[in-house]
Amino acid sequence: MNWITNYVRPRINSIFSRREVPENLWTKCDECGTMLFHRELTDNLHVCANCGHHMQITPRARFKALFDSGIFTEVRVPEPVADPLHFRDQKKYPDRMRAAQKATGEHEAMLVAAGEVGRTPIVAAAQDFSFMGGSMGMYVGNAIIAAAEEAVRLGRPLVLFSAAGGARMQEGILSLMQMPRTTVAIQMLREAGLPYIVVLTHPTTGGVTASYAMLGDIQIAEPNSLICFAGPRVIEQTIREKLPEGFQRAEYLLEHGMLDRVTDRRHLREELVTILRMLMQQPPPVWGELPPPAEPVVASDTEESADTAQSDTQS
Amino acid sequence: MTHYLDFEKPLAEIEGKAEELRAMARSNEEMDIEAEARALDKKAAGMLRDLYGKLTPWRKCQVARHPMRPHCRDYIDALFTEYTPLAGDRAFGEDDAVMGGLARFQDRAVVVIGHEKGHDTKSRLTHNFGMARPEGYRKAIRLMDMADRFGLPVITLVDTPGAYPGKGAEERGQSEAIARATEKCLQIGVPLLSVIIGEGGSGGAVAFATANRVAMLEHSVYSVISPEGCASILWKDAEKMREAAEALRLTAQDLHKLGVCDRVIPEPLGGAHRDTEATIAAVGEAITAMLGEMNEIEPKGYVAARRKKFLNIGSKGLAA
Repeated sequence: MNWITNYVRPRINSIFSRREVPENLWTKCDECGTMLFHRELTDNLHVCANCGHHMQITPRARFKALFDSGIFTEVRVPEPVADPLHFRDQKKYPDRMRAAQKATGEHEAMLVAAGEVGRTPIVAAAQDFSFMGGSMGMYVGNAIIAAAEEAVRLGRPLVLFSAAGGARMQEGILSLMQMPRTTVAIQMLREAGLPYIVVLTHPTTGGVTASYAMLGDIQIAEPNSLICFAGPRVIEQTIREKLPEGFQRAEYLLEHGMLDRVTDRRHLREELVTILRMLMQQPPPVWGELPPPAEPVVASDTEESADTAQSDTQS
Repeated sequence: MTHYLDFEKPLAEIEGKAEELRAMARSNEEMDIEAEARALDKKAAGMLRDLYGKLTPWRKCQVARHPMRPHCRDYIDALFTEYTPLAGDRAFGEDDAVMGGLARFQDRAVVVIGHEKGHDTKSRLTHNFGMARPEGYRKAIRLMDMADRFGLPVITLVDTPGAYPGKGAEERGQSEAIARATEKCLQIGVPLLSVIIGEGGSGGAVAFATANRVAMLEHSVYSVISPEGCASILWKDAEKMREAAEALRLTAQDLHKLGVCDRVIPEPLGGAHRDTEATIAAVGEAITAMLGEMNEIEPKGYVAARRKKFLNIGSKGLAA
């Protein structure tokens, strides 16, 4: 403990570390190995400029690129009971949650927002694969219900971007119960005559595929996304034979009649606007630079969904 | 021939000894072993009571999967009359993992649908161990639609390890078929009652059990994933299934506390397979009672009641 260790060395370190190149300026494409500069990658919606490989994109980054001028209003999601089963495997569930929150800076695995896309008002929900594999638990269920209720309240279509390994095991049967719960949400949209478009992204598997992610009026997938109920490894173990090339990938599903379209992420925004405006019987879209939307949408009054999940009945 | 589970080994030994003694006595009439054999019987009965009085979640999984446990076919034969099986999804094929058709339950016309696992090697292969393919779910959708059109209540008997993980099943839209079946469950304007008689395996079970009332046999289980699957993912060791079964809260008792299961149907001492007849009768009584409860809902309210029930599930957690 002296003047050198307390004062001089930190100063020297700070000078040098400032000069160092930040680690995350470059990303290597895990498909073709090309080094991609972060700003270009963001501009290109996390699609490799060289080979067109679609990398993970967070819901926030996606919404920024999707909504006009990057402006959107988050829709509040009723908070479910935390750790309803007091689940513990090698780690406690609340510890896993905290770690995921710290790593992603997000609260949970789904983001819901309202805003305009190409001057078309929509509600959008996006699943965050980086948050515990995007797994579907009570929160994700509540988020989809909140998204549907908001869409019905505002008379807007719902666009949902799915990405998940499946149900969140740490919530046991309650995660499984999100299959019927989210299906009820989709039925609310149907009854209100509002379009529900699903964009399946890599990967969408398990109980998520077997509920809301397969019930869209229109099913679009990003290229090469893995979309399945049982994963390829499980199937190989069961039938003990090699699976064909591209099995359970978006293009394979398209060929087998399970999807409407496979669309490059860079063309998705335009396609969504085109489709939505036709379904909503609105005039054709106007493209090009438009002034930003005048007023952000007023956040919804979420009290009306209080009966679907009570945040105040913590155990 | 009794099939003993691993934890029943001490019981098997005692019952075996009693059996041996009696066999010896039959061949040698001078031997008087009755007192001794009776003592062994008594000991076995006590052990059975102890074992089944406090089954761990993993042991319940084993009992729920017991090969001699009554299956869908047994319930249909005993509880329903005029059972008329109806086949096919009208698109691709017939799936023997799912039984279903018209029948009468206490003279009332109903549609009954269930997973059948089979009872010997041959029938197990025919029924694919109760693991349905898309055709099975689509057949169920078709039958539920018909029930809805003609105002017949639907009764489902759930007993599946899960939907079949196969190449063809995936290509023909396993996930879509399950999603649509769950959706259909939520749409039909007739009473929908479900009994989990053995294994309620994940999405394959939800597709039939999104019902107005869900009853479970005392030692049946219902889970998002099998304990083995959960253990291999979260513990990286499939042998940790005991811990996983514990953590998943998959027993009828825990699910009743969580509001997922509405009614627990008691099983005879030693599990359903030790007294098939009594088990089936108890399930019949539960179905009668649940049908009676449906009279309290006005005919137009079945859909709304079902939706409300599922929207509210999980709002309290276990502690409640």
